[in-house]
Amino acid sequence: MNLTTLTWIVVAATFVLYIGIAIWSRATATGEFYVAGRGVHPVLNGMATAADWMSAASFISMAGLIAFMGYDASVYLMGWTGGYVLLALLLAPYLRKFGKFTVPEFIGERYYSQTARIVAVICLIVASITYVIGQMKGIGVAFSRFMEVPYDIGLYVGMAIVFVYAVLGGMKGITYTQIAQYVVLIFAYTVPAIFISLTLTGNPLPQLGLGSTLSDGSGVHMLTKLNEVVTDLGFAQYTAQKGTSWNMTLLTLSLMIGTAGLPHVIVRFFTVPKVRDARASAGWALVFIAILYTTAPAVGGMAFYNLIKTVQPGEISSPEGALKYDQRPQWFKNWEQTGLLKFDDKNGDGRIEYRKAADQNELKVDRDIMVLANPEIAKLPNWVIALVAAGGIAAALSTAAGLLMAISSAISHDLLKGVFTPHITETQELTAARVAMAGAIIVAGFLGLHPPGFAAQVVALAFGLAASSLFPALMMGIFNKRINNTAAVWGMLVGLGTTLIYIFVYKGWLFIPGTNNLPNTPDNWLFGIQPESFGAVGALLNFITAYVVSKVTAPPPDHIQHLVEDIRVPRGAGAATH
Amino acid sequence: MKSSGTAAEYWKQNLKLMAICLVIWLVVSYGLGIWFAKPLNHLSIGGYPLGFWFAQQGSIYTFVALIFFYVWRMNKLDRQYDVHED
Repeated sequence: MNLTTLTWIVVAATFVLYIGIAIWSRATATGEFYVAGRGVHPVLNGMATAADWMSAASFISMAGLIAFMGYDASVYLMGWTGGYVLLALLLAPYLRKFGKFTVPEFIGERYYSQTARIVAVICLIVASITYVIGQMKGIGVAFSRFMEVPYDIGLYVGMAIVFVYAVLGGMKGITYTQIAQYVVLIFAYTVPAIFISLTLTGNPLPQLGLGSTLSDGSGVHMLTKLNEVVTDLGFAQYTAQKGTSWNMTLLTLSLMIGTAGLPHVIVRFFTVPKVRDARASAGWALVFIAILYTTAPAVGGMAFYNLIKTVQPGEISSPEGALKYDQRPQWFKNWEQTGLLKFDDKNGDGRIEYRKAADQNELKVDRDIMVLANPEIAKLPNWVIALVAAGGIAAALSTAAGLLMAISSAISHDLLKGVFTPHITETQELTAARVAMAGAIIVAGFLGLHPPGFAAQVVALAFGLAASSLFPALMMGIFNKRINNTAAVWGMLVGLGTTLIYIFVYKGWLFIPGTNNLPNTPDNWLFGIQPESFGAVGALLNFITAYVVSKVTAPPPDHIQHLVEDIRVPRGAGAATH
Repeated sequence: MKSSGTAAEYWKQNLKLMAICLVIWLVVSYGLGIWFAKPLNHLSIGGYPLGFWFAQQGSIYTFVALIFFYVWRMNKLDRQYDVHED
């Protein structure tokens, strides 16, 4: 059976599974629609959170980043996992005790302010829409590369699938589908990694394989060899630090705080029965995430090594060691067709030379192909390649569904029910939630078909928003009784404002090319802080502003101070209320 | 909750535990994984330079362990101060 047919069968089978789960778990009440009836077991919720959080970027792009950046890509590994420690300790249990449906709802009630609630809704929608564009693109790319279907058709199929299980099942449907999607994606990620680790080092555990000796009989450690090979080609050592510690620290911190402040992740902790389940479920989420995140460094390092070995089969850095272009393997030809792999014979010798120096380098590799091309590079069987396609689609679909859920509940619950039409009945609200979900899917699909050129840059903005406005507001709401509505609103506006301005100054106002005030290069950055890292600074400014304003304004009313005392103790966390 | 005194004490204990966990979180990721990674790379663990290992493996394992340690201690604390659920 050929690869395309096989891929179709595998992907179709997973879709049947998702739809089946959706029909079985459809939501009939707002509590089920928004928070899955608060009946999800913490281990299962951990699995759903892992799928919710690990997007097409984690599945497809991260190992590629690690491959080409080596040690410096550690910021993503630590940043995107360390945030769960903050979630488990500082937010999840208290927000669960509060017992409402959405993140803006907490901010609105804790700060007894509709303004605060609306600011939170805006942050949530901007952060979530940004992410959705990336997921939609991921679905389209996976379809066009593996299933030989036009990009837009792939996108429509993806939209239809999300539509069925998200509109029908709400959070309940999404939760159980995400569990299935986690299983598909983690299997798809680890199986090729195990094969590659076995082939290169003889160790089946990729986490250990990356530190093992090569099985070519040389007795040299994998990482030592990798350092040797990349330095021979003119690159810096794989395991050495290339950037500054200062920037790595700030970027890691921004990613951690941003992760802990992302509403579609936080809301997953509202779905468990008890406060202690919310704590444990953050731990389980990280266990399931760690399985992929500790495998990714091995996938990155080993795929990169395989790639170099393919194009430099002979002595590294000697001209005769480079592969002749007409002898290139089939996977090379496949990826050339997508334009993600390019050969430019600069010296006209018909050999593929991969070098650090731009005037000598003849190979252009898009980072995103590392995971997808990995099984082919390592000559794994076709069913593994089909599985990787299904895994990539599962990662994109699960995150897209979580984000769409966050967007639609902000619209139906926070804006309609909370601000504009407070008197609608539960049935009307449920209908509104479904309509909002359908609308969100159409908008996401449209943006996926016509992705704005700034999609990649906006990810920095999404993390910046979550880190600089939502995380501090949530944390102070729990840990400082004295922070009042004025302090919180000012804090959010200052955090958000400074972060937006800092990003726009270097990346263009509203990301319009040419409108940036300063070139986005290290010597222009304020104190050497890159725009992606500014979220942590924005968060700090938010904290300081809120603290200072609260000192010069009246304390919050008594019932709010009691509310804060109440969410600090686990007892009495009831069923869903609204 | 028996009295507001106990609730305050419970919160104080919780904050102490949280502070301990966050210090470990900071030391392992930023300390060993970034600030002191260069000198640590002269040592090795199972074929990994040590600083590199903390940055790409060790910190993640530590995060997982930290959360479960916190969960275990908090469950004990909840019972001790009689604020546990059911």
